[in-house]
Amino acid sequence: MRTPQTILIACAMAVLALASTSSAQITEYQEQQNLGVEAHVGRLTGHAKDAEINYRRYCAGCHGNQGDGEGENAMWLDPKPRNFTLAQFKCRSTPTGSLPTDADLYDTVGRGVQSSNMPSWNPLSDQQRVDLVAYVKHFSDRWKTDKPGEAIPIPPEPAVNAERIKSGQVLFQKLECWKCHGVEGRANGPSADTLTDDQNRPIKPFNFHDQTKFKCGTADSDLYRIFMTGLDGTPMPSFADNVKPDEAWDLVFYLRTLQPQHSKEKEIAEQLGLKPINPNAAVAPAEAPAPAPAPAQNNENKPQ
Amino acid sequence: MVSARRSLTGLLLFVGFLLSFSNSANALPAFARKYGLRCSACHEAWPMLNYFGQKFKDNGYQLMNDRDSPVWQNPSYWPVTFRMTPSWHRESTDKITYDTPGGTPGLRRLTSSGFDYGGLDILSAGTLEKNISFQIIPASDELGAFHIEAVNARLDNVFNSPWLNFKMGKFELDNLVSEKRGLTLSANGGGYNIYHFVPVGDGNIFGQIGDNQVGMEWLGHSANDRTRLSVAILSSTDGNPDLPYGSNSYSAFFTGSHAFNVGKLGTDRVGFYAMVGQAPTTYLTDSSSGVPVLLPSSGLGNKGFSREGFVGLFYFGKLDFQVVTQHGSDSKWFGAGYGDLIDGIATGNNTPGTVLPAGARNPTWNGAFVETHWVQNPQLIFFQRSEWIRMSQQAIPGTAGNFGNIDNYVFGYRYYPFMNSRAGFAWHNEYGWLKGYGLAPDGSDLTSNSLMLGFDFDF
Repeated sequence: MRTPQTILIACAMAVLALASTSSAQITEYQEQQNLGVEAHVGRLTGHAKDAEINYRRYCAGCHGNQGDGEGENAMWLDPKPRNFTLAQFKCRSTPTGSLPTDADLYDTVGRGVQSSNMPSWNPLSDQQRVDLVAYVKHFSDRWKTDKPGEAIPIPPEPAVNAERIKSGQVLFQKLECWKCHGVEGRANGPSADTLTDDQNRPIKPFNFHDQTKFKCGTADSDLYRIFMTGLDGTPMPSFADNVKPDEAWDLVFYLRTLQPQHSKEKEIAEQLGLKPINPNAAVAPAEAPAPAPAPAQNNENKPQ
Repeated sequence: MVSARRSLTGLLLFVGFLLSFSNSANALPAFARKYGLRCSACHEAWPMLNYFGQKFKDNGYQLMNDRDSPVWQNPSYWPVTFRMTPSWHRESTDKITYDTPGGTPGLRRLTSSGFDYGGLDILSAGTLEKNISFQIIPASDELGAFHIEAVNARLDNVFNSPWLNFKMGKFELDNLVSEKRGLTLSANGGGYNIYHFVPVGDGNIFGQIGDNQVGMEWLGHSANDRTRLSVAILSSTDGNPDLPYGSNSYSAFFTGSHAFNVGKLGTDRVGFYAMVGQAPTTYLTDSSSGVPVLLPSSGLGNKGFSREGFVGLFYFGKLDFQVVTQHGSDSKWFGAGYGDLIDGIATGNNTPGTVLPAGARNPTWNGAFVETHWVQNPQLIFFQRSEWIRMSQQAIPGTAGNFGNIDNYVFGYRYYPFMNSRAGFAWHNEYGWLKGYGLAPDGSDLTSNSLMLGFDFDF
């Protein structure tokens, strides 16, 4: 007759067997990875090795155990999860083509990526998030050979006025933003349906008309940063070499008039009776810079 | 024989207590399917939530990423989850009465074991539109008798403020340590005793914070969910429909908590809860048929009760502690047996005009549990819970001071062989031991224990 003690001992043995199986998998995984990478954000230091379990828990389902963006959910997601092995990131404060800073990645983890399946992970502690940043970095050797670029400076935001909004509209036409984003920002420009990312997957331009939040933030400064750094891996190029800082703010103000939420810019645009641009209308060369060049990398699919 | 009657009542309560825990736990692969996240994203070990899952719940089952409205889903998406737990279990109680050949009742231990299955939970929840969410949980017992465990709709982020969320219907109270998402399942360890505690002979069933209640709740939280506050106004019906008790009795449930980072150890949370309310103690009867029949909704003589306590979630890397305390107090009318119909008859002490026993006073008690988890990894978790309830004042003078006290210890583990965003599956092994002071038929202590091995799955 089995006593309760016998049963308990059997259960305990089963527990030990299961635990040993599980730990063996972890050890095998750890041996394949370089987990000595660190991340530094403010006074926090993140360690990749400390994030392994949290990466499995929170991230691997989409980004994959190997960080290649091929988690079991990836096939169902649009846009696709980031492939960390390429070390190429949309949301950066650094120039196009360069690595982001650790703080850029930390901010993305905490903020999430709007209009994607990447949620805000701010319920995680600061330390857990900076550890995850280190873990993300450990997937690519590029972090060993390259250094993150210098953050692009963002000058203080000037006061908005009618002249700046009109100037921004001229820029919107001259830089040919409308070719992708559409003349009213509805993401329906003539190139919109042809866009692909650098892995040749279809990608849609941002719809200013319907959306209030950008992938890389919500503030005016975030919008400024987006077109000065570009969104690497997408057709959205950097305009840092084509637009002066003051002009960039003008463009920010004009883009705000296209968005649905109430804003001072929208109010001024309504007072001006601002009409959508006419792509066929000529713009005096002196009024705005030339269209932006294509991004440096993988530009075969980018709008010209 | 008052003492014999009270002992019998105690035994019945004790058994009922074990059977009353409803583990309609809310772990919904439907959410995982909708958002493409693994179960482990929201659950420290399902069904127990982690901070991310708590925030998701507090946001009205939304990730707040502009894809929360169902219009973003494939039309074939169906937000429904089924959960069941087939198991082998062994139950043992040390003192039960039985008839002997001589005709006198005897006492003996009763032990039984075998394969079994629990009830079925059908869990459906999600968004009707951005910032409008719902939850419906029909649940059945093992024989297929259904009841509505939860049904509510919620307005989320009113005026774009996370501090303005309103819910109406039948819902789980905002317990920081949720019994509905607890890890323990066995008959002697599956529920939190202090969430359901009623002193022996007490007629107040209305203060069970572990039971889903009917009412309306306001919940507010900071953007990152670090600070949470909620207030619920409830009908004092213990979650039963059709206002079967008093038609004008209400309770309120308050919670507040704040979480803070503790460096590499994680994020800790401390808070409080309180339930205060009134409920009827007597009922009108109608004897026109020759037998006194209680009139539904005729409850009279509202009397007060309260439950309050401290809650703490403390993390030390892979080890965490959940601590919940409680001080409870009932009106002496409840303590004397008024309130719910514990006698099951209409002519007992639940009709107007009866009087309190001499010296009756408000019963009070204190309780606490400490639940510990060791999260080896997202696929393996060990747990234990130790729980104690101590009467500090009995309603009827002369009653033994420790009569109705409870000790409960449970430990076990859950192993999840796989992690994905489609379904959950756990190998569950648990042992629970429960002792009720003075609750045996002969007035001595009554102990029982459970051993459970099972598959817990939902999809």
